[in-house]
Amino acid sequence: MARMTMIEAVRSAMDVSMERDDDVVVFGEDVGYFGGVFRCTQGLQAKYGKTRCFDAPISESGIVGTAIGMAAYGLKPCVEIQFADYMYPAYDQITQEAARIRYRSNGDFTCPIVLRMPTGGGIFGGQTHSQSPEALFTHVCGLKVVVPSNPYDAKGLLIASIEDPDPVMFLEPKRLYNGPFDGHHDRPVTPWSKHELGEVPEGHYSIPIGKAEIRRPGSAVTVVAYGTMVHVALAAVEEMGVDAEVIDLRSLLPLDLDTIVQSVSKTGRCVVVHEATLTSGYGAELAALVQEHCFYHLEAPVVRVTGWDTPYPHAQEWDYFPGPARVGRALAEVMEA
Amino acid sequence: MIEFPQLSLHVPEPAVRPGGMPDFSNVNIAKAGSVPRPPVDAAPEDIRDLAYSIIRVLNRDGEAVGPWAGLLSDEELLTGLRNMMKLRAFDARMLMAQRQGKTSFYMQHLGEEAVSCAFRKALRKGDMNFPTYRQAGLLIADDYPMVEMMNQIFSNEKDPLRGRQLPIMYSSKEHGFFTISGNLATQYVQAVGWAMASAIKNDTKIAAAWIGDGSTAESDFHSALVFASTYKAPVILNIVNNQWAISTFQGIARGGSGTFAARGLGFGIPALRVDGNDYLAVYAVSCWAAERARRNLGPTLIEYVTYRVGAHSTSDDPSAYRPKTESEAWPLGDPVLRLKKHLIVRGVWSEERHVQAEAEILDEVIQAQKQAEVHGTLHAGGKPSVRDIFEGVYAEMPAHIRRQRQKAGY
Repeated sequence: MARMTMIEAVRSAMDVSMERDDDVVVFGEDVGYFGGVFRCTQGLQAKYGKTRCFDAPISESGIVGTAIGMAAYGLKPCVEIQFADYMYPAYDQITQEAARIRYRSNGDFTCPIVLRMPTGGGIFGGQTHSQSPEALFTHVCGLKVVVPSNPYDAKGLLIASIEDPDPVMFLEPKRLYNGPFDGHHDRPVTPWSKHELGEVPEGHYSIPIGKAEIRRPGSAVTVVAYGTMVHVALAAVEEMGVDAEVIDLRSLLPLDLDTIVQSVSKTGRCVVVHEATLTSGYGAELAALVQEHCFYHLEAPVVRVTGWDTPYPHAQEWDYFPGPARVGRALAEVMEA
Repeated sequence: MIEFPQLSLHVPEPAVRPGGMPDFSNVNIAKAGSVPRPPVDAAPEDIRDLAYSIIRVLNRDGEAVGPWAGLLSDEELLTGLRNMMKLRAFDARMLMAQRQGKTSFYMQHLGEEAVSCAFRKALRKGDMNFPTYRQAGLLIADDYPMVEMMNQIFSNEKDPLRGRQLPIMYSSKEHGFFTISGNLATQYVQAVGWAMASAIKNDTKIAAAWIGDGSTAESDFHSALVFASTYKAPVILNIVNNQWAISTFQGIARGGSGTFAARGLGFGIPALRVDGNDYLAVYAVSCWAAERARRNLGPTLIEYVTYRVGAHSTSDDPSAYRPKTESEAWPLGDPVLRLKKHLIVRGVWSEERHVQAEAEILDEVIQAQKQAEVHGTLHAGGKPSVRDIFEGVYAEMPAHIRRQRQKAGY
C-alpha cells in the first residue's frame, strides 16, 4: 500500500492501465511533456513514449472526435478535458456520437473512451473553471458518469472506466485532488496522507461502476452525495450530531438505486446534496426516485442542497458553495419536519 | 480625420434563381489532361495550384488523356460503369419505394455516382471510410449486398440496425464503412482519429473522411484539418462539392476562399481539386492520396467538383431555389454517360450492351427488393421488436433501462 493524493491515484490508474494494455492511449491539452495542468499525467510520456501520451491542440471537439475514431479502430483512449467547463465544444461529439455509436450501429462499432475532467469549485476558478456539468451527461443515454470522492476510489474506478466497453465521463472533483476538503475553507485541509482512503494499492484493482458506498451508517436520515459533497456532508453530520447515513454514490449512471432505497426506507428522511445548480440538476432525479420508491416510508419531504441557480461567482465563491452550514440547516429542516 | 463610408453587409447569392437561365460561367474548368501529376512526395507548397484547378482525364470526345490517365484496365472500367449504373438503379427504385410509403425517407446520388464508386477502388480491405449520407457507392462498389441495404431502408425484421437508425444511415465494419451519424461533420475528425490510431499501432491501414461543401463550415471540419496536419495522419480528407447544401448554394460555406480545396493550404495539407463526374480522374486522384497516406506522408485534401442533380432528400423540392434546368447546364456532364462513352471509344462497349446491362441491373435490383420485402417494409410485414429499442444502449443493460423495458411490456 502507498499513500497517494487523488492526483497520484489517477496517474497510477493510467500508468497501470497503459502498462497492462498497449491499446490505452492518453492525450489532451498540456498532458504530454508537461504532464497536465493538474499534473495527473506527469511522467507518462517519458515512460510510454509520445505516441501513447501526447499534447493535443486546444480543440475539445477535436480531442473527443479523434478519441472516438481511435476507439472505433480498437484503441482505448483515456483523454483529459482540462476543465469540465471546457467540454462544451465537444458536447456534440459526446452526446450524439460517443453515446450512440453502439446503439445506432447495433454493436458493429463501439466507443470505449474515458473523458477525465476536473470538476467543481473551491479553487477561486470563477465561472469557467468551477462547473459541475454531471447532469448534462446523466441526461444522455449511452454514457456512464462516475464521480470519485477519494484516491482509493479514484484509482479503482478509473481503471474500471478504462476497461469499460462504453464511454465513461469521469469527473474528478478538483478540490479533492490534495485532500478530503469538507467545505471549511477557512481551516487547513487535511492531506490525503492522513486519511484512510489515501491508502492506495500500487498495482491493478478495479471498483465496479454502479456501486455506491455507505460512508457513515446511521438511522435518522439519509444523505445522498457524491464527490466533494461527501466530505461536506460528513462534516455537517458530525457538527449537527445527527445519526445520519451518508451515501457516496460514486457512479451516477448507472445508479445504485438499491442502496438509496434501502437506506431511505430505513431512515424515512432524505437530503440530497450536490454542488451543481439546483434546477434540473441530478438531485432532481434522485429526489424523484426516492419519491417513487420510498414514498410510504417518508416522514418528511426530500430536501436538496445545491449550488444556486446562478453562474459560479468568483469573489463570492463561499457564499455559492453549499458548505457544511447549509447542509446542516437542511438536516435540521428534514429532522424537524 | 478620413471620412469612411457606412458599412454594409455582404450576403453572397448564387448566379441564378428559379426562372433564370442556368449559368456556370463562373466555374473555371481546366482542359482534360492539362493539370500535371506531381510525385506523391511533392511538398504541399509546390503544388498549391492543384487546389485551384480541376484535374480531369476524360475529354469531350470520350478519350482518356494526360498524366492522370492510364491506371485502369478495361475490366476495371466496365466494373466501374456497372457499379455506377447499379447505384443509379438502386436509387430510382428506393425513391419509388419511399413514394409508395415503404420507407419514410431516402437520399439519392444522381449525378454524383462516380465519386464514391471510384474512390472505393483506391482503398484496400481493412481501410475505413467515415461517410456522409451520399456515399452509398462505397458499399455498392465493395459488393455489399443490396438486399441488406434495403432491409435497413425498410427498417424490416432483417434490418441489421434493428430499426434504430434513419433509412440509408448504413453501418458495415466489414466493408470499411463507419456507421453514418446523420449529424454533420462529426465523422470528419473521427476519421482523423482512426487514422492516428492506425499510425500509433504501426499498422498499414488508412482512413477516409467525407463531408459535403456546406458542412465544411462546421468547426469539426477545421478541427479535423488541425489534427490531420499536426500528426500527419494517414487520412484522405474528401469534400464532395455538389454545389448545393439543401437550398443554400456553396458560396455561403465557401466564403471568399475561391475553392474548398484551398482550405487545406493554410494547414500545409496538399489539396487537389478534381472533376467529380469523371470516374477515371476520381480514381487517379484517390490513388495518389491513398499512396501518400500509405507512405506515411500524411493527409491529402480532395475536393470533388460535382453537381447534385436530384433533390437533397425526399423531403426537399429544389425547384423552389434553383432553375429546373440547371443540372442539364452543368458543364461536367453525367458520370455514367461519360464513362459509357469512353468505353465505347475504347472499343469494349456499345449502345446495345449498355441497354442490355441496364435491363440486367434493374432486374438485379428488383430481385433484391423482392427479397427484402419478404421481411417487411416500414409499415407492413415483419419489423424489429419493441425490445430492440432498449437493447444495445450499453454493452450490458443497466437496471433502469431494464425496468423501462418491462414497463413497455417486453
